[in-house]
Amino acid sequence: MDKDHEIIFAGFGGQGILSMGKILAYAGLEEGYEVCWLPSYGPEMRGGTANCSVIISSKKISSPISTNYDCGILLNQPSMDKFESKIKPGGILLYETAEIIKVSERDDINILGLSAFEEAQKMEVKQVANMIILGALINNTCIVKIDSVLKALEDVLPQRHHHLIPINKKALLKGMEIAEKEVLN
Amino acid sequence: MISECEIENLELVYKKPKTLTETPMHYCPGCGHGVINKVLMEVIDELNIQDKVVGAAPVGCSVFEYRYMDIDMIESPHGRASAVATGVKRVNPDLYVFSYQGDGDLAAIGTSETIHTVNRGENILMLFINNAIYGMTGGQMAPTTLIGQKTSTSPYGRTVKNSGFPINMTELISKLDGAYFVTRQAVHKPNGVRKLKKAIQKSFEHQKENKGTCFIEVISNCPAGWGMTPIKSNEWLEENLIKMYPLGDIKVPK
Amino acid sequence: MNMSYDKNVRLMKGNEALAEAAIRAEIDGYFGYPITPQSEILEYLSKNFNEEDGVVLQAESEIAAINMVFGAAGSGKRVMTSTSSPGMSLMLEGVSYIAAAQLPCLLVNISRGGPGLGTIQPSQADYFQSTKGGGHGDYRLIVLAPNSVQEMADFVFDAIYLAEKYRNPALILSDGTLGQMMEKVRLPEKGSLPKFIPDWAAKGKRKDKERNIILTSAVDPAVMENLNKELQKKYALLQSEVRYELNEIEDAQILIVAFGLSARICNKAQEIVKEKGVSVGLLRPITLYPFPSDTITKLSKKVQAILVVELNAGQMVEDVKLAVNGNCPVHFYGRMGGELPTPEEIYFELKKIIDEQSIEK
Repeated sequence: MDKDHEIIFAGFGGQGILSMGKILAYAGLEEGYEVCWLPSYGPEMRGGTANCSVIISSKKISSPISTNYDCGILLNQPSMDKFESKIKPGGILLYETAEIIKVSERDDINILGLSAFEEAQKMEVKQVANMIILGALINNTCIVKIDSVLKALEDVLPQRHHHLIPINKKALLKGMEIAEKEVLN
Repeated sequence: MISECEIENLELVYKKPKTLTETPMHYCPGCGHGVINKVLMEVIDELNIQDKVVGAAPVGCSVFEYRYMDIDMIESPHGRASAVATGVKRVNPDLYVFSYQGDGDLAAIGTSETIHTVNRGENILMLFINNAIYGMTGGQMAPTTLIGQKTSTSPYGRTVKNSGFPINMTELISKLDGAYFVTRQAVHKPNGVRKLKKAIQKSFEHQKENKGTCFIEVISNCPAGWGMTPIKSNEWLEENLIKMYPLGDIKVPK
Repeated sequence: MNMSYDKNVRLMKGNEALAEAAIRAEIDGYFGYPITPQSEILEYLSKNFNEEDGVVLQAESEIAAINMVFGAAGSGKRVMTSTSSPGMSLMLEGVSYIAAAQLPCLLVNISRGGPGLGTIQPSQADYFQSTKGGGHGDYRLIVLAPNSVQEMADFVFDAIYLAEKYRNPALILSDGTLGQMMEKVRLPEKGSLPKFIPDWAAKGKRKDKERNIILTSAVDPAVMENLNKELQKKYALLQSEVRYELNEIEDAQILIVAFGLSARICNKAQEIVKEKGVSVGLLRPITLYPFPSDTITKLSKKVQAILVVELNAGQMVEDVKLAVNGNCPVHFYGRMGGELPTPEEIYFELKKIIDEQSIEK
């Protein structure tokens, strides 16, 4: 089956935006697909807004630059304002409830708000909020399998952070669980 | 020209270093460059390192020094000889490498390269020929030109107001931790020539032991640029330049 | 299929892939200065280049860096530098010397939007600077323009090979996006670029040999003209190394000519146009110097129009027009200063051409 997914991750620097995208890209590599990860770079890296796009495709990727996305993971208000209109009809928008005041009003896309920060705080490691969100994305799409994401963690995290793999795995699974409940509701 | 074989060995008091080529030098009569070129080649002869030495020539009066030095050389862009020498040395640590630059080259356009080469303590010998003027381009003001000194671009004499003070590059260099041996010599008198030769010898010895940058300033004359006879220029050098730039070792190995 | 089991296939940033390829190409030295968006090259080499294999040196400026390259290349070693547009401007004096002295070395420009300090976003506005020499005098660089992370790695080997074959500096002209993005890359194997000790190198005069002087000056203009003639002869020989990629060229009514990143964007525009029933081909020059002029001339007699797409105000289009020489209309579409065209914008341009020239579907 042909696979072609374009995903945008956007939010504040420090929210783990770039690593979320990286882990997804590695998972795509794991499954043998063509992948492209493109970050916003420059001064934006220093604590301002950050975004990265990921393309996972079964075909050779033509343009690495996307203008419309199948999924948007938007973790702050400026990102919501900038990218909500760029999600393809029928696409998915995931956002962090704690950061977004004004949610997209589009009715031709699937919108799901997550309280990932709150959940991460419950897990006592607030840095894993991004993994909760990534878990939710994996659950609600068929981009890659969760096993590939779990394996990708090892590729992306440097050796010195490998002791953090279990908590990240836990967060990914938590995200899946939350998204699953939302869908059932 | 008298060939060596015509002189009995016992009577031979001087001969041309064999790494000095037969090419007649283009330097103006009385200019110090010829002496410095020769002394440098004498040392290379005596240390027997012709096959292990590479020089970086500058842009300036000594731009053609590769014609006189029978060694491998690279003609560098203006001001960049120390960077070129760094490049050679870094990928050939076993070579002896020197740069040879004038005051405009080393202390004006190449100031940044000069300071950083020394600051990194590159294992090279940097020769700095200071005659307080741009000789090759026709006698314009140099960063080392003295206050009141007339040049074609300071026709009424250099003023502090317009051009600032003469730069004392060698003192400045000596403050850098990468500098291992820093000295100032002159070649207007035979004993000065002997001291310069000794300093060059020492510098190559230090280079062999990877001690850091050796920096030799040579105060020289420019009869043509200064508008003086060679003898007069040497007197002027003694009375004026050496006062501003005193001779002697500035930093010696502990 | 599980790619991660193949140790040579990795997901890497373009800059990192290029740096890793440089290590595998067994360079003896890298001299550079940080500038966005290419600093990862210096960073990657600083971290991963084995000290025994050579030197990685952060110079005090691009000017110093290129002159270190000049010295090291003059001593016969395999060396490189990398920079981005404003840094390249600073290096050009040295590049002119290296070209005049006929020294091989690898130059990399991960270019950004200009002029001036400009932006750090991708641009192709250094096309003229790269392909017409850039610095003073009549000289040319061998210019390779990658359009993927894979090519960022592969072209290191190709550029060094050509540089050493022709004793000429070779430039990889890329951009910020290709440098920063990650794609799958199969890294070239170490050992496939044999090294030799050049007999022209300044590395100590051997007793049995003439001295080697790396020289770019001549007092006598006749000598200087002869050096120029020698260079021009070499550039004529270089023409046989021209490389380009053709895409869906059969039956093409319109031909797009684009290089590097803009060719990738045009690929996507082609996909859109295809759905609308017009046949659009793409020629991607891989070597920007030598330029695939002959192929463009031939194709210009078959198609009804040519559209050149660049990330600049129209630079390569001049070379395309020279090759086309009036055979068909040549149109141009460009975005500048770090902005990128969308595939839709290019499609819109194609549509305009179709309407203006009444091209039949």
